[in-house]
Order: sequence, then structure tokens, then C-alpha cells
Amino acid sequence: MRVILHSDCNSFYASVETAEDPRLKDRPVAVCGDPKLRHGIILAKSAQAKKCGVVTGEAIWQARQKCPGLVLVPADQRKYLLYSRKMRAIYRRYTHRVEPFGLDESWLDVSGHVLSGEEIAAQIRNSAFEELGITVSIGVSFNKVFAKLGSDLRKPDATTVITPENYRDKVWPLKVDELLYAGRATRRRLAELGVYTIGELARAPEELLRGALGKNGLMLQRFARGEDDSPVLCAEEADEIKSIGNSTTTPRDLKDEEEAKAVLYLLSDSVAARLRAHHFACATVSVWMRDSELNSLGRQCRLPVASDTGTDIAQAALGLLRRHYPWELPLRSLGVCGSDLQSTQARVQLPLWVPPRQRRERELEGALDGIRARWGHNAVRRGLMLCDRATADLNPVDDHALQPLGAMRGRG
Amino acid sequence: MEARKTYVRVAQETDENGLITPTSLVFQGRKMEIDRVLERRQAHATKTGGQGMRYTVRIGRHETYLFQDDAQRWFVEEMGHVREVPHRDGG
Repeated sequence: MRVILHSDCNSFYASVETAEDPRLKDRPVAVCGDPKLRHGIILAKSAQAKKCGVVTGEAIWQARQKCPGLVLVPADQRKYLLYSRKMRAIYRRYTHRVEPFGLDESWLDVSGHVLSGEEIAAQIRNSAFEELGITVSIGVSFNKVFAKLGSDLRKPDATTVITPENYRDKVWPLKVDELLYAGRATRRRLAELGVYTIGELARAPEELLRGALGKNGLMLQRFARGEDDSPVLCAEEADEIKSIGNSTTTPRDLKDEEEAKAVLYLLSDSVAARLRAHHFACATVSVWMRDSELNSLGRQCRLPVASDTGTDIAQAALGLLRRHYPWELPLRSLGVCGSDLQSTQARVQLPLWVPPRQRRERELEGALDGIRARWGHNAVRRGLMLCDRATADLNPVDDHALQPLGAMRGRG
Repeated sequence: MEARKTYVRVAQETDENGLITPTSLVFQGRKMEIDRVLERRQAHATKTGGQGMRYTVRIGRHETYLFQDDAQRWFVEEMGHVREVPHRDGG
């Protein structure tokens, strides 16, 4: 039987800030973005701030109203990366099989170690606190899904062990949304079937789940039964480039397709430039859309021929937006991602026919890359971008607003 | 009592294995010889915040912590500074 740990750094951003400045200890702390760029929302909060009702994603003024003594700290990504790297160094004392899931979570496969999973968890928690001053919650189990679920059960600074003997008692009474990959839409569908708990999901008739949720329904049922056998990938395996994406939150909400189009072209151009820099073409394009109430939606489609041009990617992205975004609310953020990558260097057999339009696009965009490399990103741009100065001044390549890769990953 | 992170000038020796031993430090304008390094370990600076490689050093009859952070700077936790918690403003 495997021994899998899932380690989750508690309120990571806020904890790092407190570890760096102990005067923040026991005070309500919230990490926020830059209000001038409309990132002025709460990104993370400490346990004390959470008690006052502060929630991630709300505006700073809302949080202040709920919690007048709130200490606001601007986000410092470099600091979080450093602590994240140091946490991974602690994990690697026990195994090289460490799979990061964002900055603050990792799975570890410690099967065959002389220490038990619980002992290793205790040592990791101790090291995190003594060496870095932060706390972690760890789930110990025999598969990744239950390990993750375990790390969510007790917080902060706790270990939860889920075994083949106790999972029916510990896991099955929980609501289905505790399960990894069971999102809002899935939960609604399951509720329609009268499935509310993980135990009910495990025992539901297979045909019923397949009918309502397709293959994903059966996958979730396997998770509920403790039958997840997905391996913990080494960081090197997980780091292999599988997709290239860019996203941005625009300075003001996008009201219609015309405004969204400019942003999609901007993002697509930058994705394409990065694809070309890595000598990749993508066969799948996905779009990630988040409305002004922070609901997000991801959709993808295949390209007829794998491409590394901004025009192809933008047209596909725009098509997806047209088909799937209802415009009930304005858009706040957009992301474009190319996946199913194929090498453009090692192409063994050339396609019989490359449409002349695509060939011309490639030559044109290659020339643009050259101009931008010498004179900067804004030296040359699409006429479309001139319609809206605020949007055009975004520079997604250098700004590194690379949020949605995780969100679009879907399944690990 | 509040502590302040004070960066200090340190003389160090590096042996053939890369092991670092601080030999003296300058604190408030005075040079102090480090008689012995009692322990080295990665640690959180609990009094001032931050983290790094922590050296427990003996200077005369005193024992104190000397930290080296990730930018290779050395700091000590200087005691006796009472400060207000700033009401930092993100807006």
C-alpha cells in the first residue's frame, strides 16, 4: 500500500507575512493586490481576519467594514516563492517524489520510508515551524485524493490520517464538495440525483452517475471509494511544459465582445510569442473567463492544424468566448492557454499542406518578435489595441500575470 | 520588549567543504570576537521575523544568535526597541 502525504501551508501568504514580521501575530492580517491596477481585492487572510468574516476576493473597503483593525499588507510574490522553495526543500529530505500543487500545497509519496507517514508528517510540521515560522496541515493516506481531503479536515498545524480501515467513518459522511475536482456545477448535478455525501457518491449506481456526469462521474466515484491510483509526479515531471498560458485582470470590466476581443488578441499574441520562443505549436486552445462576481468558466477547443500564431489562437479563443460566455455580467479577467504542444523543431514529417495564410502569419509574427526583442513590447502592436488605451498598455509578457494555468488544469 | 533586525558586518572563514564559521562581528561600532560557534541550523528568527541559517555563537560569556539570510547578509536580533505596529495601508 502506498503512503501519500498532502501538505497544505495554512493561510500561506498571511502566514509568511507574519513570519517576516512577528508584530502581526494574532492580529487580523490580509494580503491584498494593488488597488490602482484593480487588483485591490483581498488575496489571502489570516485566521483572525477570517473570524471577522473577511473573505478572499472581496474589495478592500468591504473587508475594512467587517474588520476595522485589519492590517493590510501588499502581496510580495518573491517572498512567497522563497518560502515555497524552502518548504519543498524540507519535503525532499524524505522523498524525491514531491508534486507541487500551487505554491502552498504539495503531495509527497513516502512509500517504503523507514518512518511511518504520521511520523514524517510530525517532523515536517515541526521543521516548518522551527525553520520558517509557518504552520502546515498534513493529510496522510493511501492515495492522493484522500491525502488532500485529510489536510483540509483539521487546520491549522495538524495531521489527519485516513486509512483503508477508517475512511468509511471519516470520509463518507462529508459533503461531496470536499472531494478534489468536485466543483459547484458537479455538486449541483449530484444534488439533483439526491447525492449529497461522499458515501452516497461511493454507493450510487454507476449508470446514474455516467448518465449525469459522463466519465467524470465515474472518476469521482472511484475517488470516493478510495480507488484513486494516480501517481505523485516528481517536480521535474510536473515542471515539463505542458501548456503555455497568460491571463490578466483588466483595469476596468469588459462590457461586450468588442472589448473582450482586444484583450484576447493581446493575450493570444503573448502566448504565441512564448510558444515560438520554446519552439512549440499548440493543438488545443483554452479560454478562461471570470466575471465581475468572480465566477470562472473554462472552455477549450482543438485547432484544425497545430499553430503558433497569435491570429489562429485569438480566433479560436474568440470563437470559444462567443459560444460559451452569456454576457449576463461583465468580464473581469480573461486567460488564454495553448496546450497539446508539439515541437516545431523536431517535426519529422511536414504537413502536406500548410495554408499560405498561416505561413504568412508565421513570418509576420516572427518579424514582430524580432522588433519587440530590440525595441520593447509596445514598439509595434495591432491596430485593434489602439481602440482602448487602458487595455493596450497591459503587457502580459512582462507582467507575468500567469494565474490560470492551475485553474485550467482540470485534472492532475 | 521588542526586537529589531540589525544587519552587521561579519568576518567569516570558509573551510574546504564550504562550511562557514563567523569569526567576528561589528555591533554598534565595536568589533567583537566570536569565541565559538555552538550550533548551526536553518531557523525562523522568532523575535524579529524572517529566517535563515542560524549560528548560535559565544562572545565572551554571552551566547547569542547570528543569522545569515538568503541574500547572504548577516543580522542579529537587537533587543529593546519598542515600536508601534504600523497601520499599513494597501489603499
